[in-house]
Amino acid sequence: MEKTQNNRAWFLVLPVLVLVAFSAVIPLMTVVNYSVNDTFGNNEFFWAGLDWFDEAVHSDRIHGALLRQAMFSAIILAIEVPLGIFVALNMPKKGFWSSFCLVVMALPLLIPFNVVGTIWQIFGRGDIGLLGHTLAAIGIDYNYTSDPFDAWATVVVMDVWHWTSLVALLAYAGLQSIPQAYYQAARIDQASRWAVFRYIELPKMKGVLLIAVLLRFMDSFMIYTEPFVVTGGGPGNSTTFLSIDLVKMAVGQFDLGPAAAFSIMYFLVILLVSWVFYTVMTNLDRQEAK
Amino acid sequence: MAQITLKNLAHSYLPNPKGEQDYALKEMDHVWQDGGAYALLGSSGCGKTTLLNIISGLLRPSHGRVLFGDRDVTDAATAERNIAQVFQFPVVYDTMTVRDNLAFPLRNRGQDAAYIKRRVDQIAKMIGMEAMLSRKAQGLTADAKQKISLGRGMVREDVNAILFDEPLTVIDPHMKWELRTQLKQLHREFGHTMIYVTHDQTEALTFADKVVVMYDGRVVQLGTPEELFETPAHTFVGYFIGSPGMNFLEARVSGTRAMLVSGAGVDLGDDHGTPSGRVQIGIRPEHAVLTEGQGLPVTIRRVEDVGRHRILRAELEGQPFNIVQPEGQPVPALPRVAFVPGKINVYADDWRVAPQGRAA
Amino acid sequence: MTLELQGVSRVVGGRDHIHPTSMTLRNGTMNVLLGPTLSGKTSLMRLMAGLDKPSAGRILWEGRDVTGLRVQDRGVAMVYQQFINYPGLTVYENIASPLRILRRSTAEIDRAVRHTAEMLRLTPMLERKPLELSGGQQQRCALARALVKGAGLVLLDEPLANLDYKLREELRVEIPKIFEASGAIFVYATTEPEEALLLGGHTATLWEGRVTQFGPTAKVYRNPHDATTARVFSDPPMNFVPAVKTGGQVRFGESASVAADGAMSALPDGRYLAGFRANHLALHRPSGAAVEFACKLAVTEITGSETFIHVSHGTDRWVGLVGGVHDLTPGQGVQVWLDPAHVYLFDADGRLAAPAAYAKAA
Repeated sequence: MEKTQNNRAWFLVLPVLVLVAFSAVIPLMTVVNYSVNDTFGNNEFFWAGLDWFDEAVHSDRIHGALLRQAMFSAIILAIEVPLGIFVALNMPKKGFWSSFCLVVMALPLLIPFNVVGTIWQIFGRGDIGLLGHTLAAIGIDYNYTSDPFDAWATVVVMDVWHWTSLVALLAYAGLQSIPQAYYQAARIDQASRWAVFRYIELPKMKGVLLIAVLLRFMDSFMIYTEPFVVTGGGPGNSTTFLSIDLVKMAVGQFDLGPAAAFSIMYFLVILLVSWVFYTVMTNLDRQEAK
Repeated sequence: MAQITLKNLAHSYLPNPKGEQDYALKEMDHVWQDGGAYALLGSSGCGKTTLLNIISGLLRPSHGRVLFGDRDVTDAATAERNIAQVFQFPVVYDTMTVRDNLAFPLRNRGQDAAYIKRRVDQIAKMIGMEAMLSRKAQGLTADAKQKISLGRGMVREDVNAILFDEPLTVIDPHMKWELRTQLKQLHREFGHTMIYVTHDQTEALTFADKVVVMYDGRVVQLGTPEELFETPAHTFVGYFIGSPGMNFLEARVSGTRAMLVSGAGVDLGDDHGTPSGRVQIGIRPEHAVLTEGQGLPVTIRRVEDVGRHRILRAELEGQPFNIVQPEGQPVPALPRVAFVPGKINVYADDWRVAPQGRAA
Repeated sequence: MTLELQGVSRVVGGRDHIHPTSMTLRNGTMNVLLGPTLSGKTSLMRLMAGLDKPSAGRILWEGRDVTGLRVQDRGVAMVYQQFINYPGLTVYENIASPLRILRRSTAEIDRAVRHTAEMLRLTPMLERKPLELSGGQQQRCALARALVKGAGLVLLDEPLANLDYKLREELRVEIPKIFEASGAIFVYATTEPEEALLLGGHTATLWEGRVTQFGPTAKVYRNPHDATTARVFSDPPMNFVPAVKTGGQVRFGESASVAADGAMSALPDGRYLAGFRANHLALHRPSGAAVEFACKLAVTEITGSETFIHVSHGTDRWVGLVGGVHDLTPGQGVQVWLDPAHVYLFDADGRLAAPAAYAKAA
């Protein structure tokens, strides 16, 4: 159905535009300002052109953070999406247990990020943490503060614990919208469980799964609080992801110029990937509408 | 292929049904002959979909047994029953091509590739989709998708029965003619038992050899289209079949004569004895003839020109009365209506009274 | 009151949804838009309602240009295929809702609601919620809501399509009565030729976004101006066969030649397309003039009192509707007859060349 054109509708959007201007556009412009100037405080600026961008592009440190970040996002997507689908497929479709599962699944999503970090920080400690202590008791040498692999494992497991529910809930919503006739037809066609998943459930879930992947990608690519609370980016730089590195650079070392240039590039990368996702999704919609 | 027998079958959606009103499907015994083309006709909520789901195994009946041939399948799962079903809305596998959609039930049963190809080509030809075999099913029109659903239903040669659940709902009138004739030809060619559920009398009558009319969870008549039209067993069948439905007039019947409320007499043509209870005579609008001389005086309220005939909305004895008049015949200035003798049915408490000396 | 479309068209994304259309709908008329799915019925209605703006042309309401006017400001009511009611409100409140928006007095609302409910036989259900009603009653409630505010233009977009066959039949009889009582302009979209005939009034046939003909329903049915209109307005589909006129003779398909009669006799020699409807095909030789065809029987369909015969004559496939029950063996040869008085001749462009002789008399 086509929409009615009415120019007065723009007035309704005005408050949002003002709000966004104050909360996003003006801070962003400040960052742009910092990225092309050098400053030593006192609001004195010296034109630096694209020097900071040049530095950021060639910085090994930023390359390392970017690589770690990409790996982290890839790993958690590879785990959370299939796991979320698996959980959704096995959730009860109706009745008391379906509501019960929905509430339980939603719980991790309600916990504030720093609390999640704190929970896992304590949980993993060898002296008082249940996980750390248990692992030590069965003879596994586990210490996330000194072993990079353990630190990575902890951060990944924490993210999976925190966010798989989101994927599962979205996938569940997609599954619920499939008419019963499809399952009946498949039973009559003697389709295997795998075929039902491959040819009915997956195509019908495609839309919501893309949204899930997009959300999880953006969130994980910007992850800060939880690993910062648990590992503080260590040991060494092993869990220093992009935003942690950025904060270190800007607030820790007060390198405002490179940090600003770097954040703009960071912002563009996220924008680009989101745009790609959005285009793919709308294309799919158009195909279905045909 | 097999004959399908329903033995003392009844179904209630309630865990502890008390009276008859708690049953969505009242107790029935019924045999679907092997190779027959049946229609299950009734308005929404009459129990026809419940019955279809019991046959396909999607629903387990609360009472009675279902037999395929000699085998009791009451507790057998859908896949074990070896049936095919076509649903109201097209069910296609969007990501597959048309060919893969049609081949799907065969591949799942491990048929060999050469046979599958031959069979799919044959079915595609029947449903007129040879040119589209390599296209993705996604993006096809509703008509085309429903053809694929039909094709998938027909593709297996060994099915016990093919069930259709209002399959032409989403189809345009012109396409309905094409699909219906294709179905008939497919039935003739392959001889599958077919059960076709619908609320549309035209679809039911034209498709089936035998029509089962359901009303309020009960089978009220099983008969050929001609029997349903000429001798409806129940006033509901008279009303439901035909467009417009049968006219009913309160009357007292004795022998071959009926006396209407106004005192006017009607010649029935056959001896109906003296039925008791609420007695009505039923006349099809097609069997009422406008005359200028004999018959009962009638007032015509409205004339609807349907092209091939006219529907006269009239009043007889203060009651609405419909008359169907063939194309090109005039309406007299002082119209009277006469009934074709031998085409009048007599009902006592809604059930038909068979004329004496003739089989029902 | 009149609604006038002057060269109204709608183009979306470079594609013509509605070709330039001019038509005048008069006060107190029933106007049927007849055409298959996607022929432009809904698009045309949305233009009439003001839900969409035309790409070109003007829309006049009682002579006043309302082209740019919003739907809220035009007294328009619409009923859709889906039964759209407020599920949380009683039938009474549903019907009253358009009047509440107009801030009418309570007494006035009560009077209007009870009057409309009476007309649609909803009085016993006024205190119930829509979901407790049958499909037919739900649609009657939606109709009542459309009628209660006395809109001058009532648009019905396949309102009966989601109902059972028998309920459809009942409402079809009621709608003309309701319409006569309301005095508004009714526009009724349907895919079914029979529905258009039952409703009467005027019919516009649509095909691929174009109004092919607009006029009194029975006239459009019996005197189609072109082959497209005839095809759209026939159910079963109209039968076609090539015809050749040479001298005073016409030859249909593979049949023997007959003398060209009436309008056919005035035609120049050449090739034509002959069209005739299913009910004019006969299985027995009629008493008057008739052309005989040798056909092959494909399928018969018995309706109880009549039989549809599907036959092929050469490469043409026809449907015939004959009285009585005929259980013929598929695949066998059959002879069918056709009275040339029932034949329409169309020229190479599909325009009517010679009308069917019987249509003039009817």
